[in-house]
Amino acid sequence: MDYVMAFIVGGLICLVGQILMDTTKLFPAHILVLFVTLGAVLSGLGLYQPLVDIGKAGATIPITGFGHNLVTGVIQDVDQYGLLGVFTGALRSAAGGITAAIVFGFLMALLFNPKSK
Amino acid sequence: MPVLTKEQQDYKRFAKNKKPKPPLLKNMIMAFIVGGIICTIGQIILNFFVSRGLTPGQAGGPTAIIMVFLGSFLTGIGVYDKIGKYAGAGSIVPITGFANSIVSPAMEFKREGFVFGVAAKMFVVAGPVLVYGISSATLIGLIYYLLNM
Amino acid sequence: MKKLGSQTIKFENPPSIIGTATIVGPKEGQGRFKEYYDLILKDSIYQEKSWEKAETKILKEAVEMAIKNSKVPTDKIEYLIAGDLLNQIISAGFAARELGLPFLGIYGACSTIAQGALLGSMIVDGGFAENLVAAVSSHFCTAERQFRFPLELGNQRKPTSQWTVTGAGAMVISSQIQNPRITFATVGKVIDMGEADPNDMGTAMAPAAVDTILRHFQDTGKTPDDYDLILTGDLGSIGKHIAEELLKQKGYDISNKYSDCGVLIFYPEQDVHAGASGCACAAVVTCGYIYKEMLNGKYNRVLLVATGALMSTTSTQQGETIPCIAHAISIENL
Repeated sequence: MDYVMAFIVGGLICLVGQILMDTTKLFPAHILVLFVTLGAVLSGLGLYQPLVDIGKAGATIPITGFGHNLVTGVIQDVDQYGLLGVFTGALRSAAGGITAAIVFGFLMALLFNPKSK
Repeated sequence: MPVLTKEQQDYKRFAKNKKPKPPLLKNMIMAFIVGGIICTIGQIILNFFVSRGLTPGQAGGPTAIIMVFLGSFLTGIGVYDKIGKYAGAGSIVPITGFANSIVSPAMEFKREGFVFGVAAKMFVVAGPVLVYGISSATLIGLIYYLLNM
Repeated sequence: MKKLGSQTIKFENPPSIIGTATIVGPKEGQGRFKEYYDLILKDSIYQEKSWEKAETKILKEAVEMAIKNSKVPTDKIEYLIAGDLLNQIISAGFAARELGLPFLGIYGACSTIAQGALLGSMIVDGGFAENLVAAVSSHFCTAERQFRFPLELGNQRKPTSQWTVTGAGAMVISSQIQNPRITFATVGKVIDMGEADPNDMGTAMAPAAVDTILRHFQDTGKTPDDYDLILTGDLGSIGKHIAEELLKQKGYDISNKYSDCGVLIFYPEQDVHAGASGCACAAVVTCGYIYKEMLNGKYNRVLLVATGALMSTTSTQQGETIPCIAHAISIENL
């Protein structure tokens, strides 16, 4: 059941992204910025967690989920550390994903070359 | 954007209906399916970690790392761009797309060296996501702090 | 005075194209003109360490082949006029380094082959040289890296996008009397109709092509009936459609003799969306298919109108629109 909901919720979020890509002048970069910020704002308003409860990975894997992750981290850190937490929370929360991206990026660059098209 | 003259506006109107529209329905379906599949894979990985004793909250971290690895690897072997051609937002929006946007310039600019190429250009595509994600989260955190003082 | 009207040159002793060469990448080599290219590469990196080095090698070898085909000894080739799409036209500059010819680097984006040919013709007709080479190159991978996205990025191309041709075209222009000959040239003005979408070059460039074609007809008094073929460089399917309609509105119906290199180079199944682009687009079609079929007599009077978009990533990001240019050369069997 988890899997069906993850598929549907994740698919829908991507679908919205596709509609924006094809019907507006927005570039993918704009849409990703929009989505991550939207995820953060909805998270701050307490509206993203219900989506995560329903869609699970379908709500956390898309980039909106990254925004939610960042805000969850900030709020935790503010609760724990006060004002300092405003600055530490976001990056702490995303640390695993960002570090992985940097390290794997470097590794893949070492191992592989871009292919002729 | 500069203000258009009347002649330019007329041209814009004239040219508008000559532009082919993207196959919206097909793109929407593909984005839905591929995005759904990627998230389902994430769910499988998440459930695996939960079955090992982590809470869903704790499992999120390692799941993200594995998804980033998958996106990175598929980019490295030259498969992710082929997926992207058909999937569009279905492969751009998930976190694997974030990985792809970091690994692809790292690979691409290797020829300009490991400092000025790989390292300097790594975030040329993903940078905005990090800047705006972290900035908006920090702002929200500040508001939360002030509201709860 | 060799000038007609405001922008057209009538060559007193029309220079001849006495030899050409074309080298293309594998994708182009599966396209419509595969029989006409001198060399089709198996891999667009051409055993070099980077795409840029490969593009330089392709351009250099196309020039060497064209000189060989012209039967003019290399030491009698007096100038190399060349350009490409890369910053500081490094493909042309580095090829010139290898070739050791006196070098005039030029930039006209995808109109460069026409610009090179017309400047070369002015030099020869003006008595400033007897033999020279005009050449251009472009490469899908170098263009993507510079203008658009890393190659492995999973972005989705739009239906209006065009595919940069990997290849080089070179022509030897000479005072020898031999068909085909360059009889007229019309220098374009920069035309900007306010289009700002870098994913739709065709719509941006079509007005420039139309402006130059109209100017050519007005300056020379010619009509479409004076040509067997009117060929634009890389307007693509959308730009071609627009250009045809705009010309019809101005009283010139070219539909039965009009085509576009960007539309012709690849078959539809090769899925390049709106068509091909790049300096090499017009160059490999002109130096390959057109040149050879003019030698055969299939065409005797061709008007090549190569089009270029003169923006950069910086200008686009600063919110600027896309200024375009088109240069025309009339190639005829006399």
